[in-house]
Amino acid sequence: MARYITKRLIYMLLTLIIIATFSFFLMKMLPGTPLTMEDKLSEAQKEIILEKYGLNDPVPIQYLKYMGGLAVGDLGISFQFDNREVTDIIMDRIGPSMQLGAQALIIGTIIGMLLGLVAAIYHNGFLDYSSTFVAVIGKSIPSFIFAGLLQYFIALKLGWFPVALWGTWQHTVLPTVALAMFPIAIAARFMRTEMLEVLGSDFIQTARAKGVNKFGVVFKHGVRNALIPLVTVMGPLAVALMTGTLVIEKIFAVPGIGEQFVTSITTNDFPIIMGTTLFFSFFFIFIILVIDLLYGLIDPRIRLAEGEK
Amino acid sequence: MEKLLQVNNLSVSFDTYGGEVQAVRGVSFDVHKGETLAIVGESGSGKSVTTKALMRLIPQPPGRIKEGEILFEDKDLAKLSEKQMEKIRGKDISMIFQDPMTSLNPTMKIGNQIMEGLIKHQKMGRAQAKKRAIELMELVGLPDAANRVDQYPHQFSGGQRQRVVVAIALACNPKLLIADEPTTALDVTIQAQILELMKDIQKKTDSSIIFITHDLGVVANVADRVAVMYAGKIVEIGTVDEIFYNPKHPYTWGLLGSMPSLDSADEDLYAIPGTPPDLIAPPKGDAFAARNDYAMKIDFEQQPPMFKVSDTHYAATWLLHEHAPDVEPPATIQRRMQGFAQEAELKTKGDRS
Repeated sequence: MARYITKRLIYMLLTLIIIATFSFFLMKMLPGTPLTMEDKLSEAQKEIILEKYGLNDPVPIQYLKYMGGLAVGDLGISFQFDNREVTDIIMDRIGPSMQLGAQALIIGTIIGMLLGLVAAIYHNGFLDYSSTFVAVIGKSIPSFIFAGLLQYFIALKLGWFPVALWGTWQHTVLPTVALAMFPIAIAARFMRTEMLEVLGSDFIQTARAKGVNKFGVVFKHGVRNALIPLVTVMGPLAVALMTGTLVIEKIFAVPGIGEQFVTSITTNDFPIIMGTTLFFSFFFIFIILVIDLLYGLIDPRIRLAEGEK
Repeated sequence: MEKLLQVNNLSVSFDTYGGEVQAVRGVSFDVHKGETLAIVGESGSGKSVTTKALMRLIPQPPGRIKEGEILFEDKDLAKLSEKQMEKIRGKDISMIFQDPMTSLNPTMKIGNQIMEGLIKHQKMGRAQAKKRAIELMELVGLPDAANRVDQYPHQFSGGQRQRVVVAIALACNPKLLIADEPTTALDVTIQAQILELMKDIQKKTDSSIIFITHDLGVVANVADRVAVMYAGKIVEIGTVDEIFYNPKHPYTWGLLGSMPSLDSADEDLYAIPGTPPDLIAPPKGDAFAARNDYAMKIDFEQQPPMFKVSDTHYAATWLLHEHAPDVEPPATIQRRMQGFAQEAELKTKGDRS
């Protein structure tokens, strides 16, 4: 097991180097420099600044310098915010995004799974149709519509939670709910389909023939076997949710990383673009590793061969 | 012999978009204590549906028990609630399924799957149940049970898995064991082992077995009595000897004739012509009439009743009516029947010597 994880970590590192290389050259193909928008500076002044940041060097030299810095964990200094380290900026901004994403993911997955389970157990009944209806709504209506509705009805009319901004846990409730609609829909749909298939399988009949009751059949025999596809789709969704969502963060004025990322692209803030991309990639690869380990936990057939001996 | 199970006029239907599929149409039979009843018939004849109905394992909807009684120890299983049935399933009646590759939960340890019934029905604690599970695994011939009890199904071969399925079914010493083609998915050598195992266990526990199969070779090997099903009805029922040496229904003739044997290598294997009827709209008369070379006019108009051949042997064919012409089974079948008789004679002689 330890050997497997070490191997995976080495692959992760290789993947990150490849991603860093690609994003670096892609980014350099973007038109303009960080100073394109700065009209007040003369050409000479711009030259001095570009020289200072090494932006006049040939691209391969810049690349080697950047990778050199990366090797010792230095992501560089932001162009937008004077003298602030990229690492600092990311760490500053990632907190709220991660928190919202994690909350939405956990709540969404739990509610979605329950909806899917109920739908599968009462297949073709009223509860099935209701749950499918919720799932369709959650999947087809964009989150910013929910955000607006929640702000208007729950925050403005009822006054239960603050409309926007960041601070106490109350501030996180509405954006979490708005974000959770999508994972609810996805989890409900996958759980329903998988559960229906599992409940139709032979071993469920074996369990019933043993005298196991409906509850035991669903929870002891069914759920675990229905989890693999769910985990597969929830992984990338987790990354998407936890790395910040521009729209929700804008609507609820959350100081998250989503907005930061977009601004950095429009202003050619190279170190921030690179830093954020690499951070997201790392997170994504990490989640994939977690999912692979989860597979083994859920399904003994996927467990590593060496563990068997 | 004492009756353990009595099924009276059982009908099971499935409601589909195409209409009501009458999978089982008025089946009656008994199972005595300690005997093995084989139910044979081609795919779709209602064998599995009948036995699943006994355990009330028909998915409802679309399935439903339309009418009939399932009398098991003076209780009518057809009328019990789901809660009451849960107490009978696995305890008094248990089932062995066809495909050992899919009938075990892939994410649950073998031991836990065997223990489940023990904990539920015999109120055992986990430690005691585990001890019993290991005993059961040894009983069904799984070596190294103490270690293997904590393994998962994928770590067992097909034959071993079927042994586990047998162990699960036997866990609570059921009075009636239903085996739904338990050897169909296994290769021949393993088949023989599982059959031996079941016979052995039946001797030890004196349980009754309903054995579903379409393999007549297996029937001859394990059964005391045989019920032949066709299109949702029992068309002939009798002891093994009666069915093999003196079959009366043309469908039974066809089944016996289409069974390959060692000395049939140089003759063409007989196949029953045509296909089984559509059970959404079953034919008016004898369901087998359209495929029957010996069909008479009345076969297309009226369903034959069960004619008595002997106290234990009944067949539903108009050929047994007193006004029906005398019809001899086809020559190939007669040769077969002689063959069976000779084999049996050889066997008894062999046993004596």
